Amino acid sequence: MAEVLVYVDHVDGAVRKPTLELLTLARRVGEPVAVALGAGAADTAAALAEHGAVKVLTHDAAEYADYLVVPKVDALQAAVAAVSPAAVLIPSSAEGKEIAARLALRIGSGIITDAVDLEASDEGPVATQSVFAASFTTKSRVSKGTPVITVKPNSAAVEAAPAAGAVEALDVTFSAQATGTKVTGRTPRESTGRPELTEAAIVVSGGRGVNGAENFALIESLADSLGAAVGASRAAVDAGWYPHTNQVGQTGKSVSPQLYIASGISGAIQHRAGMQTSKTIVAINKDAEAPIFDLVDYGVVGDLFDVVPQLTEEIKVRKG
Amino acid sequence: MSLRIVVTVKYVPDATGDRHFADDLTVDRDDVDGLLSELDEYAVEQALQIAEDADDAEITVLTVGPEDAKDALRKALSMGADKAIHVEDDDLHGTDAIGTSLVLAKAIEKAGYDLVISGMASTDGTMGVVPALLAERLGVPQVTLLSEVSVEDGVVKGRRDGDAASEQLEASLPAVVSVTDQSGEARYPSFKGIMAAKKKPVQSWDLSDLDLEAEEVGLEGAWTAVDSAAARPARTAGTIVKDEGEGGKQLAEFLAGQKFI
Ligand SMILES: Cc1cc2nc3c(=O)[nH]c(=O)nc-3n(C[C@H](O)[C@H](O)[C@H](O)COP(=O)(O)OP(=O)(O)OC[C@H]3O[C@@H](n4cnc5c(N)ncnc54)[C@H](O)[C@@H]3O)c2cc1C
Ligand SMILES: Cc1cc2nc3c(=O)[nH]c(=O)nc-3n(C[C@H](O)[C@H](O)[C@H](O)COP(=O)(O)OP(=O)(O)OC[C@H]3O[C@@H](n4cnc5c(N)ncnc54)[C@H](O)[C@@H]3O)c2cc1C
Repeated sequence: MAEVLVYVDHVDGAVRKPTLELLTLARRVGEPVAVALGAGAADTAAALAEHGAVKVLTHDAAEYADYLVVPKVDALQAAVAAVSPAAVLIPSSAEGKEIAARLALRIGSGIITDAVDLEASDEGPVATQSVFAASFTTKSRVSKGTPVITVKPNSAAVEAAPAAGAVEALDVTFSAQATGTKVTGRTPRESTGRPELTEAAIVVSGGRGVNGAENFALIESLADSLGAAVGASRAAVDAGWYPHTNQVGQTGKSVSPQLYIASGISGAIQHRAGMQTSKTIVAINKDAEAPIFDLVDYGVVGDLFDVVPQLTEEIKVRKG
Repeated sequence: MSLRIVVTVKYVPDATGDRHFADDLTVDRDDVDGLLSELDEYAVEQALQIAEDADDAEITVLTVGPEDAKDALRKALSMGADKAIHVEDDDLHGTDAIGTSLVLAKAIEKAGYDLVISGMASTDGTMGVVPALLAERLGVPQVTLLSEVSVEDGVVKGRRDGDAASEQLEASLPAVVSVTDQSGEARYPSFKGIMAAKKKPVQSWDLSDLDLEAEEVGLEGAWTAVDSAAARPARTAGTIVKDEGEGGKQLAEFLAGQKFI
């Protein structure tokens, strides 16, 4: 069976969930061979093996942290040369897409970004994309070279599928371009203790209707009662009420949780672009005409300052 | 010496219109109004600010697109860019990201540049890959997804807000930069700007001007293929209740029924 390269997104050896989802999709197309780079690369092996990686190619060097994108492209190119895979799968983060693009160009292959599903076919992997703010679903293929495909978080279930996960050192020679863009400083994001927005099963978002940074405490309490991540519309972010890292939509994060709760959000096309593929959608808005109600499974027309606290209370009561 | 800035701008169908696909599964550009991608306005804005801070700078806006894409160039010129290049050729219809980056890179090289500034992503394809592809093709540093950018003494610096961390980046010119919608509101064209734009030069280039062959671009030359496009089925209409004092409890009841509580 042909091998499929899976690029591993990890933090100091802790594998992030979208990579485990990629392994599920990779197994449909071939035998997953993972590529883990940077500090802690070898520590990823156990989790990757547990989810189906037959091999884990690792390499660590200071360049991965000190320079932008290109060192990782060099490493993946080396992995492609070593393995001759049937496809290369990469998580659809901003950086993942940039790595994928440069890799595709170098190896003479087409690229598909933001796939939400992947199936095998006689003509290679077929990717499903959700486009035009999720109003259309397309099926596409890479028609030249080794398909390079980036996949959005929450596109597949994480499945246990124990495999060998043999660690092998990857031989990497950095290109002249590798050191072109220096990372001169790095401020890690502070952890909020809440689930990662793109990975969360439940997302609770607030918009302009929340009317002030201090009122976001209401949204946070609701989120915490459900073990959810907190999101925000661009209007709320632009007003300075909530950090941009929590923005949901076209120029923020794209989320696809089991449940999305929108409070005080009108449902503009650019917001929908980031949440329309959520399984169950709930909205609280005082305007019965707000477009967000076109999307909902359940909607409450009312003042969020009444509805949200009552909902939070009721959830706490029911959960005991 | 003059700082030569090339801003890549895309002409896209209006996101608030009824966007859809034509029979050949390319974007139908006939039925929906087009405009300069809003996210490329941020690129034009940063170019204008960088030019204002430089002793001497010249901003060229560049688009690859159909006849009407001239509207996008006019808008950028009316914001204050100096001149424009329109790459237009019937054979470009259906070009994918790899092909688009080839045409853009050829045009950028022909125009001459010290700094390329792109948007973070287009509002139609939304891939967010063209700037990285341009850096790869041009063989210059990629300094992308910046929320803050400055150029001084031949060095570009900026802040990139990533998922895990916020990073400070630095590279020597020539370089390719892309900016996010956090980089600062784009200015509106002034009346004077709109009038002045009418007199600014717009050059038209076709594939032969860039030494490119038809087979290298377009649907035929694409390295990707779209097999099908289907409208997403409308979501089934949900239950909507008016809060009469029990709205929060009713919602909790719904969530419990769906096993979320
Ligand atoms: C290129 C581009 C990219 C964009 N990217 C994004 C993006 O990534 N994410 C995004 O969200 N937007 C994005 N936008 C902006 C988008 O167009 C909207 O402006 C934005 O989503 C509006 O946010 P909102 O729904 O919070 O505010 P509004 O549209 O002002 O809606 C506020 C809603 O709150 C309701 N409300 C007010 N008070 C209460 C109350 N007390 N109780 C209940 N309801 C109340 C109102 O009825 C209203 O429906 C983008 C725009 C452009 C042009
Ligand atoms: C819904 C949809 C899905 C698509 N999926 C794929 C796919 O999976 N693979 C693929 O190869 N192609 C795909 N395409 C085609 C691709 O969008 C175009 O080839 C496009 O020109 C480049 O990608 P982008 O618009 O996503 O650009 P992005 O990479 O998002 O654009 C970033 C920046 O590059 C510059 N730029 C991009 N295009 C132009 C242009 N024509 N002229 C000037 N500057 C430009 C702008 O500064 C822009 O802000 C898709 C198109 C659509 C409409």
